[in-house]
Amino acid sequence: MSYLAPSKRLSSQTRLTLRSIGAQKVLSDVFTQTAADAAAVGFVLAHLPREGGTVLWAQDRLSAKEAGQPYMPGIGPAQPVMRVAVSRPSDVLVTMEDALRCKAVSAVIGEIWGDPPTLDFTATKRLALRAEAHGLPCWLIRRAAHPNLSAARNRWRIASLPSAAHPHDAQSPGDPRWQVELFRSRAAQPGIWAVRYDRATGRLDFSAASVDGTVDARDGADRHRAAR
Amino acid sequence: MRVMAQTGTAPPDDLPAAMVAEGQHGPVIHDTNRAARLAGVQRGARVTDMKALLPDLRVEYADIYGDRHAMEQLMFWVRRWCPWSAQDGPDGLILDTTGSDHLWGGEAAMLADMEAAFSALGLTAQIALAPTWGAAWALARYGTVRSICPEGEIAQKLSPLPVEALRLNNGTVTLLRRLGLKTIGALADVPRLSLTRRFVKAKLNENPVLRLDQAMGRTAEPVSSPDAAPTFRAHARLPEPIMDPTPFMPDLCRELCDQMEAQGYGCRRLLLTVYHTDGDTHRIDVAMSVHSRDPDHLLYLFRDKLDAINPGYGFDLITLDAAQTEQMQTVQAHLGGGADETVDLSRLIDRLTARFGVRAVSTPALRESHVPERAQNWVGALHGSSDTAEVVAAERPIRLLSHPEEVRVLYAVPKGPPVQFIWRRQTHKVTRYAGPERIAPEWWHDLPGTRLRDYFKVEDHAGRRFWLYREGLHGDGRGGDPRWFVHGMFA
Repeated sequence: MSYLAPSKRLSSQTRLTLRSIGAQKVLSDVFTQTAADAAAVGFVLAHLPREGGTVLWAQDRLSAKEAGQPYMPGIGPAQPVMRVAVSRPSDVLVTMEDALRCKAVSAVIGEIWGDPPTLDFTATKRLALRAEAHGLPCWLIRRAAHPNLSAARNRWRIASLPSAAHPHDAQSPGDPRWQVELFRSRAAQPGIWAVRYDRATGRLDFSAASVDGTVDARDGADRHRAAR
Repeated sequence: MRVMAQTGTAPPDDLPAAMVAEGQHGPVIHDTNRAARLAGVQRGARVTDMKALLPDLRVEYADIYGDRHAMEQLMFWVRRWCPWSAQDGPDGLILDTTGSDHLWGGEAAMLADMEAAFSALGLTAQIALAPTWGAAWALARYGTVRSICPEGEIAQKLSPLPVEALRLNNGTVTLLRRLGLKTIGALADVPRLSLTRRFVKAKLNENPVLRLDQAMGRTAEPVSSPDAAPTFRAHARLPEPIMDPTPFMPDLCRELCDQMEAQGYGCRRLLLTVYHTDGDTHRIDVAMSVHSRDPDHLLYLFRDKLDAINPGYGFDLITLDAAQTEQMQTVQAHLGGGADETVDLSRLIDRLTARFGVRAVSTPALRESHVPERAQNWVGALHGSSDTAEVVAAERPIRLLSHPEEVRVLYAVPKGPPVQFIWRRQTHKVTRYAGPERIAPEWWHDLPGTRLRDYFKVEDHAGRRFWLYREGLHGDGRGGDPRWFVHGMFA
């Protein structure tokens, strides 16, 4: 196992860019490692604009069945959400396109299960162009899917990592940490990061992950630090 | 009763029957028929008491909203006799027949005609005619059958009637009875000055002086007759049967919107009816979240629905009706022009609802409950939700499974945290956990025997964070061993 040296942590310049990639008002794909992992949803929610209009959240039937529904008591009241639960993936795409034209919507999230034939390059291109024309962030969360051809401007792959140490209880999970891989992007260099989400302030802390995907031992579930 | 009369299952008049409504402490008598009234069943009494009095009392639930609607319809129906009518309380109608009676051959003939028409509808009507609203009210309820009170004889006609006939509330009636004033005549004989002094601060329905003045015609009480809501309908009558209504829709929508705009109305529901040549009809119904009269928007709502029409041999008449109409002002959202953003959102809701159905497009309604699935409820965005309850302070997952999924869990019996669980055929080893957070069943909602839940936030070896709960305790007497469920996922 080879870890990156601590000195190779990202410079502040790169960190700023990373945060602004997520906040870009373009179409982004997010792939989850396992289907029921909520890390991708947490990552998307962390990037939503803090104020503004309604967030439109479209789900197809399988996504809702396998990975659950958005739960507002956990998400918080910051963004009003409108949910569209439809059965077919093509209906999700139609809903997203329609919502991207609406001025009162601040972001559009779509969840599609698997690789339906309707979700081809043309469909993603339409979404991407429309999102850019209307200046809205548009996120497509894809579960049990292959990263095949897509016009998404940023493509992420996200998995859970053992959470940060809880400040008061060594036994409890603390702030969530995710392994975030940007594997295709127009604006930035692809890379892998371990991201810690600070729930209190809503900040994302990017730090370099090791080459083989494991995380620096000092960043992980460090019980000694909490128990000092 | 109305429905039963239509279906021919109404109870006969000589058997006691009563309509009941939900009261504060169980059902109370809403209204009775004559047989029950004579047997001593009173309005407002509790059904259990009246059943004790009269064991074979037949009890049916009252359709209060239906009755109110029927009364409103009846108010417009009685305009066949005179142009002005209004509702008078929940069970009365007042008609201003001034100048209309000669058309029906005099006052007595008009009343006879009214009674015949009402009985043809299956309704019993007590009718009286008097120069003032108050006198007509009193004579209809406490006077003789079809009594007619000529001008100048009001005092004489009303004097034998009890004081209840003055539209006073119960407290005032009791007070007047205690004062020894049992009839209107006795009340009218009291010097006005002393009566006025006694009731100087009383409101209208507890003030016998004002009510007496109204009944005697000393104070004017005009009938304000509400207008029927206008109906809006556009239709296309076609010389030849056609198969597809799409080319006619823009014109129909525009015509309907012009009609509504002329009268300052907007609609929340549209009904498209096509009449087939073989006598069949097909209806398409679309709804909107806010009132609208924008032809382009209305047209858009029908976009995917027209394909559902089976043309058969074609159709030759298309009608478009506006329902749930309401007065709508033209508003300018911004001083510098430009559209309002909330209008955009409501149109998006309309479009999505028209396409995917009311239940597909929803907004969360938060409620004050500790049971997770009750704390959030998805309600149709078309109807809007205003529930914004305080969210529970404890940490909650960002995803919730619609149905908790049972898992096999290895844990220290009886109350230990989960060590390992198998969910969807995969084994998750728990590395860290937080909990338990005990959520007791809400006895006012849940069935007896519902078990409590102990929620744990757990993190597995791969870092995935789940919300698990154990249902019940060992030996709580509510079933066998506790079962474990996955209920949600944390970020």
